[in-house]
Amino acid sequence: MEATFYIASAVAVLATIMVITRYNMVHALLYLIVSFLAIAVVIFVLGAPFIAALEIIIYAGAIVVLIIFVIMMLNLREETVTQEKTWLTKEVYVGPALLSVVLLAEIVYIITSGETTSVNQPVIDATAVGVSLYGPYVIGVELCGILLMSGIVGAYHLGRQKKKIVHRFLEKIEE
Amino acid sequence: MEAPIHPMLIVAGVLGGVMLVAPGLIWLERRLLALWQDRYGPNRAGPFGVLVVLADTLKLFFKEDWTPPFADKKVFIVAPAIVVITALLGFVVIPFAPGFIVSDLNIGILFFLATSSMGAYSIILGGWASNNKYALLGAMRGAAQMISYEVFMGLSMMGVVLLTGSFSLQTIVNAQQDLWFVVPQFVGFVTFLIAGIAETHRLPFDIPESESEIIAGFHSEYSGMKFGMFFVGEYIGIILISSITVCLYFGGWLGPAFLPPVVWFILKTFVFIILFILLRASLPRPRYDQLMDFGWKILLPVTIINLMITAAIVLFNENSP
Amino acid sequence: MDNRLLTMDITETNMFSIIQSMWLTFLHMFHKRETIQYPEEKVKLTTRWRGRIVLTRDPDMGERCVGCYLCAAACPVDCISLQATEDEHGRRYPEFFRINFSRCIFCGYCEEACPTYAIQLIPDFEMGEYNRQNLVYEKKDLLIDGQGKYPGYNYYKVAGLAIGGKDKGEAEHESPPVDVKSLLP
Repeated sequence: MEATFYIASAVAVLATIMVITRYNMVHALLYLIVSFLAIAVVIFVLGAPFIAALEIIIYAGAIVVLIIFVIMMLNLREETVTQEKTWLTKEVYVGPALLSVVLLAEIVYIITSGETTSVNQPVIDATAVGVSLYGPYVIGVELCGILLMSGIVGAYHLGRQKKKIVHRFLEKIEE
Repeated sequence: MEAPIHPMLIVAGVLGGVMLVAPGLIWLERRLLALWQDRYGPNRAGPFGVLVVLADTLKLFFKEDWTPPFADKKVFIVAPAIVVITALLGFVVIPFAPGFIVSDLNIGILFFLATSSMGAYSIILGGWASNNKYALLGAMRGAAQMISYEVFMGLSMMGVVLLTGSFSLQTIVNAQQDLWFVVPQFVGFVTFLIAGIAETHRLPFDIPESESEIIAGFHSEYSGMKFGMFFVGEYIGIILISSITVCLYFGGWLGPAFLPPVVWFILKTFVFIILFILLRASLPRPRYDQLMDFGWKILLPVTIINLMITAAIVLFNENSP
Repeated sequence: MDNRLLTMDITETNMFSIIQSMWLTFLHMFHKRETIQYPEEKVKLTTRWRGRIVLTRDPDMGERCVGCYLCAAACPVDCISLQATEDEHGRRYPEFFRINFSRCIFCGYCEEACPTYAIQLIPDFEMGEYNRQNLVYEKKDLLIDGQGKYPGYNYYKVAGLAIGGKDKGEAEHESPPVDVKSLLP
């Protein structure tokens, strides 16, 4: 199990690096899917199969599809790739890279200090997730519900179709 | 009955069985469509024309495997692989008989939903990589359709999950010893079947590929065995949806004892496969906006109401005794 | 309301008609097959079927074609080519007559244009070839030893033209030529 964990983590890290360095948007998103899948494997190995499945269904299966959908609509061509190439310069990535190096050092320190938890956690099934969501974390669920509701209302408002009456002098837009 | 079969044998059996049945469905579909259109269908090669499958496969193999120069080559090649891989992965959680299951995951249904949601990528990436306007239109339709119908598919399955209290398909089948779930979950069954048809983008919901308006949609640019992969992937999807329907609502392998469980499972699955073909033979394709309207304005409320009523009944039964 | 009906018709108004149409399609299983098992079972073609083109002969086995080029002129795809010539009796006939069946659309205009019923379309469509060159039919392929759809018709016997063996006024239903130099009836 530990080997799967490390392989999946390595794949996740590599895929994420590839996401950042790809110039073609769709290729980057393909690597993003791989990254999500690897993270799902990591979560699965850590003993949370329910969350792993949801990770694939929601992130890899729905959200990235929507992003690709938008990118297909944008009709990106070769010139955007070259434009992208000019953006990824040294000044841009040196700052975030340095900060990441600090984080990496911290992770290395934590791992070497020996106070790590084992990979083989007890399995958390769907019931446990449900109980904790509707028990101690119910306020978070409610807030998420309200947020999503507002999102739906906003989308409905934007997507509302107004019936246009085409007439030579009675032309109007019906609410 | 819990015979310790070697897991690799099960994998080989399932893979071999599915890969044998999926091309066989090409023949079955053509024969049945012909039957319902007062024709004979392929009846020349071999007994009852079964060898038409071989002829089709040979033709696909010997066709020029052409990648358009304007296509995005890597993505173009990856897309047909995704459709077959994701469809085959779904079979991991299906119990064909007691103990005859590749892996009895405790998140079986969620695993199936995850693989089917990944299947949308084959359409999107195939359509996008073809760099063709019709392919792109098909891909966009496919993406919207599959994302929307995934929601209702998941929601309609949850009624069964509520009744059993488990995501594992083997547990669900075992819970149907007395009564098949199609009776208490009839609404769930109907919505699941409709969503399943839309998810495999079969007729009447074959809007991503509708050949009368956008040529062949997302696979217009594909030829040879790459097209064959899309073709076979579609049939594997049909088998997958049919067997999941059987597991969830029609008692899986359960049946009178004079036939072995696997035979019951296969018989029930074939009834649904034939239903899929009957749908293709009889129904016209709805318009794209009609499909979306139907999904979001009818299926979504119906599935949610079904889910809420089921949950209420389950809660009531738990508290009353 | 009407707009709503337009967009929702598949769901609200026709829910049961969908099931009904599926049932009707299912019942077609028990109907009679319409297929004709072709190579074993031949298609019944009507007598006016426009198929393979032939050149027919007189009852006395002379060629009907007089090489008037009307068929070639009528042909919309220009698939007929011929060269007219005359024999020692003054009777016209085609020196060669060639139809390119890879071009022919079987419209039957040549048959309509033919003044002597020589060129005819007959009910036969089995003329597939592996080599496209074989679809160019020469006169020997086109000419049949029969009269086709108009038995008994003999052009030179009813035409007023004088040819060897038949002088003016000797044709069927033809009166002898009037002597214009004489006033007697």
